[in-house]
Amino acid sequence: MSAKQKQAAGITHDGVFYPLEDLNAMHDSMLYIRRFEEKAGQLYGLKKIGGFCHLCNGQEAVCVGLHHAADEKDYILTSYRDHGHVLARGSDPTAVMAELLGRAGGIVKGKGGSMHMFDVERNFVGGNGIVGEQVPVGLGLGFSSWYKDDGRVTIAIMGDGGINQGAVYESFNMAALWKLPIVFMVENNQYAMGTSLDRASAETHLFKRGISFKIPGMQIDGMDVLEFDKKMGEAIAHARSGEGPILVEAITYRYRGHSMSDPATYRSRAEVDEWRSGRDPIARLEAQMIEAGLATEEEFKQRDKDIKKDVTAVARAAEAQPEPDASELWTDVYTDPIEGAYPYPVKVG
Amino acid sequence: MSKITYREALNQAMCEEMERDDRVFLMGEEVAEYNGAYKVSQGMLDKFGPKRVIDTPITELGFAGLGVGAAMAGLRPIIEFMTWNFAILALDQIVNAAAKMKYMSGGQYSVPMVFRGAGGSAARVGAQHSQSLENWMANVPGLKVVMPSNPADAKGLLKAAIRDNDTVIFIENEINYGDVGEVPDEEYIIPLGKADVKRTGSDVTLVAHSRMTGFALEAAEELARQGIDAEVIDPRTIRPLDENTILASVAKTNRAVVIEEGWRFAGIGAEISARIMERGFDDLDAPVARVTGKDVPMPYAANLEAMALPSVAEIVEAARVVCGRA
Ligand SMILES: Cc1ncc(C[n+]2csc(CCOP(=O)(O)OP(=O)(O)O)c2C)c(N)n1
Ligand SMILES: [Mg+2]
Repeated sequence: MSAKQKQAAGITHDGVFYPLEDLNAMHDSMLYIRRFEEKAGQLYGLKKIGGFCHLCNGQEAVCVGLHHAADEKDYILTSYRDHGHVLARGSDPTAVMAELLGRAGGIVKGKGGSMHMFDVERNFVGGNGIVGEQVPVGLGLGFSSWYKDDGRVTIAIMGDGGINQGAVYESFNMAALWKLPIVFMVENNQYAMGTSLDRASAETHLFKRGISFKIPGMQIDGMDVLEFDKKMGEAIAHARSGEGPILVEAITYRYRGHSMSDPATYRSRAEVDEWRSGRDPIARLEAQMIEAGLATEEEFKQRDKDIKKDVTAVARAAEAQPEPDASELWTDVYTDPIEGAYPYPVKVG
Repeated sequence: MSKITYREALNQAMCEEMERDDRVFLMGEEVAEYNGAYKVSQGMLDKFGPKRVIDTPITELGFAGLGVGAAMAGLRPIIEFMTWNFAILALDQIVNAAAKMKYMSGGQYSVPMVFRGAGGSAARVGAQHSQSLENWMANVPGLKVVMPSNPADAKGLLKAAIRDNDTVIFIENEINYGDVGEVPDEEYIIPLGKADVKRTGSDVTLVAHSRMTGFALEAAEELARQGIDAEVIDPRTIRPLDENTILASVAKTNRAVVIEEGWRFAGIGAEISARIMERGFDDLDAPVARVTGKDVPMPYAANLEAMALPSVAEIVEAARVVCGRA
């Protein structure tokens, strides 16, 4: 196929036409996230990244599909498993990597680390470390859109474990009561740390959790980026229409342990392989594109090489940055610094 | 004596008490099949079965309240918070239910239970996962607050906490879980409300709890090299506070430094130094000094995190100041 033909070409999925340009962008974004996470894992192994580090390998289609479907002005907030989302949102990968490394040029100046990515310019509201905490905060962002009538939608993301927190249901009720423009999205990756879905949830069809609040629910295959983008687009349109919130359950899987210290012995190799080789979102899109004659295996191999090179360069640039200046310890505690904060050292006598 | 880790000591305390009293059960996130996020409950599911070692959903407020109700009905719950950061979600049940039930019911109901888990700063986990909340807990009448600094204390104090007829807040230290120490082979209990003199000295009293006890002992070694003989006291129980042991030491040394990992404002050091001022004023040759965590949320970057935490050097410096040697 000539370059010109390819341009006019694309894939139609469930009635939606995805031009080649979009397909390439989605593919590369997913692959970039995968390679970025692998690099983060390596740097953690080398003790250059510390603390908790939660990778999202396997969940890339959810990140990329969501951010493709959402508007730039929409608010997005998630848990500590945030690298993929912040990258999909278009934030600077060097700043994200520098954050992981605790450097001055980190996306939050090195103050937050892996769990606390924020990007105010892209309406990316964290990076929140306490399970479920971001859901009521998302309620408030949604409320502000109702109050200001600014046409934004808030996408509040939680895990299959997080959806059991009581504050989630308080949020569901208020969001439905006041018809706030919110998409509550559960990333059901089947496990909350070592606890499988069925050991923690009486109702395992998580999209039904909004029923008693009259919140409609959708379950979407989160291993298929086109399907996820399309359905997520519908969910966001529903929230934007003024009809009130909607609950989306993304069916997905995390390939790695919960965090770097988790050997994940609570599940079988075969189970992981089944998702990895049977449903991998990147392999799936590549197969679809090859079948449509839009790309070849060789081209994908080359792009993978290029992306790996990019990620390595990003890591190198981030590592070359200095640590934050010591004075940063004391900044950002208050907007207007207060009287009576303790300086240090405190003089005695 | 056997050498075991802090985490094994806690495990032994729970196992011994569960063998002794079938009203005792352990509940929390990942305590059973995963053997505990920090492996404190290793092997307990196998030993006691799923009725007494119970995994919960991530619903801190709910299962904290479950513990309160079960305790009121005569059981002896041990409710584990994966870390105390997450107990913040359960504060209503801890502060408004557990702590006050006895008083509000005119003595009709008591809440004999333990809330336990890892507290204090962990390493490089940022603002929401690194903080010391013992002063919040110790502020509440009706609660007892225990913070062991080594394996032997951890075991003896946890056994006492489980047998206690009131609600005990038992705050372990995440960084100390792997520490090894000598623990008696025979059964023993360490009563709540008794401080321990970890090192005797005559020039200055260092009061420190939890992980800071180790820092104070290190500082005492350095001070000894500099010709200052420090006494180190670990209160072990923050509430009730054994002020007599602290005051007796200050009566001898006439100088004190109080060390804590948490924030300075209304912290444990504020309480202890106020008590020394109130009851030991005439013994003091210098104002009491405090060494604390800096007055900021915990940063992630390695250099900033190191600055935010109290250090051995800061303790040495404060001791020199109160001894007039700075
Ligand atoms: C309130 C609270 N309790 C416990 C934890 C510890 N913790 C961190 S992640 C996690 C599991 C969350 O699982 P899930 O919501 O399914 O999200 P996933 O990690 O799978 O993305 C737990 C228990 C926490 N951070 N906050
Ligand atoms: Mg999960």
